[in-house]
Amino acid sequence: MSSSVAVASAKWSRPLLKTVEIYWKESKYEFLKRWRMPVYSLSVILFPAMFYTLFGLVLNRDLSGGHREAATYLLATMGCYGVIGVALFGFGVGVATERGQGWLEVKRASPMPIPAYFTGRVMMCLVFSFLVFLTLFTLGTLFGGVRLAPLQLLGLMATLVLGSTPFCAFGLVIGYFTKPNSAPSVVNMLYLPLSFLSGLWMPIGVLPNFLQRLALALPPYHLGQLALHMVGMESRGDIHTHINVLIGFTLICLGVAVLGFRRDEGKLYG
Amino acid sequence: MATAQMTAGNFAPGVSYPRAAGGAAIARVSGVSKSYGSVQALREVNFTINAGEVVALLGPNGAGKSTLVRLLLGLASPTQGRVAVFGRDPKDPGSRVRVGAMLQVGGIPATMLVREHIDLFSSYYPCPLPMADVVAVAGLQGIEKRQYGDLSGGQKQRVLFALALCGDPDLLFLDEPTVGLDVEARRGFWEQIRKLVARGKTVLLTTHYLEEADALADRVVVINKGSIVAEGTPESIKANTAGKKIRCVTQLSLASIERMAGVVSARFDREAVEIQTSTAEATLRELLASDPGLFGLEVSNAGIEEAFLALTK
Repeated sequence: MSSSVAVASAKWSRPLLKTVEIYWKESKYEFLKRWRMPVYSLSVILFPAMFYTLFGLVLNRDLSGGHREAATYLLATMGCYGVIGVALFGFGVGVATERGQGWLEVKRASPMPIPAYFTGRVMMCLVFSFLVFLTLFTLGTLFGGVRLAPLQLLGLMATLVLGSTPFCAFGLVIGYFTKPNSAPSVVNMLYLPLSFLSGLWMPIGVLPNFLQRLALALPPYHLGQLALHMVGMESRGDIHTHINVLIGFTLICLGVAVLGFRRDEGKLYG
Repeated sequence: MATAQMTAGNFAPGVSYPRAAGGAAIARVSGVSKSYGSVQALREVNFTINAGEVVALLGPNGAGKSTLVRLLLGLASPTQGRVAVFGRDPKDPGSRVRVGAMLQVGGIPATMLVREHIDLFSSYYPCPLPMADVVAVAGLQGIEKRQYGDLSGGQKQRVLFALALCGDPDLLFLDEPTVGLDVEARRGFWEQIRKLVARGKTVLLTTHYLEEADALADRVVVINKGSIVAEGTPESIKANTAGKKIRCVTQLSLASIERMAGVVSARFDREAVEIQTSTAEATLRELLASDPGLFGLEVSNAGIEEAFLALTK
């Protein structure tokens, strides 16, 4: 063929409003998609609510005979347990599945800006995290006598909603380094032990000494202590340390996830 | 359709595209090799797609078809050589907004409605087709409000087709678009592809169904073991490679026919004998001389199936 290739004009760019529209639609549809999956939407909200009701509102009585202290303590830590689940199942299992099915590749071949895909999933996790917070807070206030000052309430909400993002990044690593079939079991194998060892199920002081020292290395421990600090419960360590650890953890996970993303390009296909 | 472009090569206002016979080259692969570790998937491939044509990429499994499509879509980078689509790097969003792709996928989000999938994908493109047009062209009337997961295999395939065309792209990549469809659904799909071509779209199609390449393509590119082994119209591929097919009823034995000039192979097909030959005239002279009682003679071009087998042997 002697015809020449059409010469490209200047660098192509998308109007800002179109970009905003893409990010909005990615987020909206990601949420709707998840909301309609009872296996996800029910389990990430109802399981924390069930455990909170059991341990925070029914079983643990304060010395006074009420539930207030336990209900407040577990509102903070069970809330962390809940939002970590939102992120690990939403991001980890979600990305692993869509990668495995080749759906992510169809998206990559389209003109979609790649960050929109991940932003949509983070937004979905933020909304579900808020729903987890709202459910537990309502239960605690109605049945556990939990009373939070406005600032405590805001602090806890921000900690729980934003606190899911480091685990979104961790989920991304799981999504890029596991097969779609094994992702749910990998998440389950990490989720419960990590939550338990980080003092989200019972106060960290109850655990043996060496486990208390181990907990310092676990990101959920730092999120839990941060949440406890926000509701005015006794917490360990300095909040700046907790925040720095969570930010560092996020950055490391993102770095590892980028390696996985790059690796996908070299994958072998017939 | 309001936004449909009716002529090939007329892609964007203000940019002129040179036109040659068969349209301007809109995608070009020059001297491309691609290896994955120690496996060489493509070797020194040169390949062009011209505006307005339908190119079929044919080859056995592992021949490098999908690798070539992945390079053209910017999903992978060549180890050597250069790939350009609309004069740009295929990873550039400026070329991606003019390309649509239907790839083989194991599944797409099942709890989204058909309409929502189209709405989301349309938002990626600057001038998408109206929803009603996409639904009509892809044949999705009546199922727009169903969840993807509730659809039949053929319907799912049409949704993927809708996602490839919703952005009104100039160039479409269809990777094995009719795999797993029954004969009727496949023919319906061909009609949809022909409609797109009539609207000036350029199509690159990979397929296992040789009949499909024969039915749709202006040009067939046969690829095997990472290299292009033949290229041309479906007719020229058939004519140049496998010669002719002779069919007749004769008393001669297969062994004696196989010894005749030009014969590649001979076999019984019900009461007749079917002979593949490279030089039909020489074979016929010898056949008629040896068996005066021969009847039911037919001479035809070999099917693309035979041509394909001969090329990739």
